Amino acid sequence: MSIARAAAIVLAKELRLEFRSRELLTTTLVFVLMVIVLFSFSFDPTSEESKRFGPGLLWIAFLFAGSLMLNPSFAREQANDTLYALRLAPVEPFGILLGKILANLAFLLLTELLLLPVFAVLYNVAVLPVLGRLVVVLLLGTLGLAVTGTSFSAISAQARMRELLLPLLLLPVLTPVLIASVECTAGLLGDPAELRMNWLNVLIAFDVIFLAASYLLCDTLLEE
Amino acid sequence: MNSAEKRDRAVTLAVAVLVMIAGYAALFVAPEERTMRAIQRIFYFHVPSAWTAFTAFFIVFICNIVYLVRRELKWDWLGVSAAEVGLAFCTAVLVTGPIWAKPVWGIWWTWDARLTSTFVLWLMYVSYLLLRTLLPDPEKRARISAAFGIFAFLDVPLVYFSIWLWRTQHPQPVIGGGGSLDPTMWKVLMTCWAALLGVMILMVRQRYRLEQLRHEAEELAHAAEARASASGGELA
Repeated sequence: MSIARAAAIVLAKELRLEFRSRELLTTTLVFVLMVIVLFSFSFDPTSEESKRFGPGLLWIAFLFAGSLMLNPSFAREQANDTLYALRLAPVEPFGILLGKILANLAFLLLTELLLLPVFAVLYNVAVLPVLGRLVVVLLLGTLGLAVTGTSFSAISAQARMRELLLPLLLLPVLTPVLIASVECTAGLLGDPAELRMNWLNVLIAFDVIFLAASYLLCDTLLEE
Repeated sequence: MNSAEKRDRAVTLAVAVLVMIAGYAALFVAPEERTMRAIQRIFYFHVPSAWTAFTAFFIVFICNIVYLVRRELKWDWLGVSAAEVGLAFCTAVLVTGPIWAKPVWGIWWTWDARLTSTFVLWLMYVSYLLLRTLLPDPEKRARISAAFGIFAFLDVPLVYFSIWLWRTQHPQPVIGGGGSLDPTMWKVLMTCWAALLGVMILMVRQRYRLEQLRHEAEELAHAAEARASASGGELA
């Protein structure tokens, strides 16, 4: 069976699981919403300041959400030793990892697209004129988060205190994603709106390098 | 005393002498910097510490790869030893930097490209060591931390580049970059680096032996446990 087909099957399984329970999506949505509200309390930004801090706030919220949300991705498989069953399947291990990466990408993107209008209204930021380009930035930034987060979730699932461990492993490594995504978003929300290509290239480089690394290391990550 | 012990003593003595020479050179041989005066001499400890930390982290990366290919625990021991010693040197860099910066820049810390990326590097290796403490099984610890170590090391160029790009858009603090270094200063700097590399190698070796002994102790404890449960079974 090809990697793509295996990934599609795992993806379908993850999506089915999530849409039956909706646990991850609801908790993450509420969490990000809370961060957005708390930020307003703690900094009380004027409309000028929201323009300046908005992109950073948005991506910090996404990164924190990701580092919490991606934890069950592999931890869930350990409860009934289902990872063992998955690995018994005669498929490339990368198919399993890729399926999970794509599922997490879908969950994160859905959360982001639902929260973007809320953010735009609460902080009075015009996202509609740049929506197309913003989606490209969201897609590339979130792909980096999903690839790294899913691989690290396979790492933290095998350790003690995994819920606490995942953010500690993930956040320093995601430094380039955070900076590049914030810079891209700030460029798009600025006046005049521009897509900062050098930052977009950083995101692409990160995605390519980490996707390649997770491909090379997936045997090691999924081993028992 | 056998020949290995003799050789160890000789190496330790040589490094000790080198450290004394380096200390003397940094304090008395290197010429006084015109504007910064004596405080500039911390540079002979600060910069070589940074280079030594990077060398150690590179050793960690190599050990991680070799472990995953060969699956021999000794590469994991060497990796964790280099990571701990590298982190100690990286901490020295982050501590000596502000000591120098306060009188020269007037502030302890600034979010400059080099400072920030060294700080992120430090955080990544702290989480590498933290991850290891949360994995009790030696084989699993070696495998999982090797994978994380490779991810982290691949991230280093991206972290440096992105932070550099991020900072160049903002006002640059006055860093001593650019101008050429006095030849004597250069020689002193290299002597200091050689000395610190020697210290690093000695420390990594000691730490490696400690890891080896810990492993042996663990094995013995397991064997004793197995024997106790076996004889307990006979009694019942």
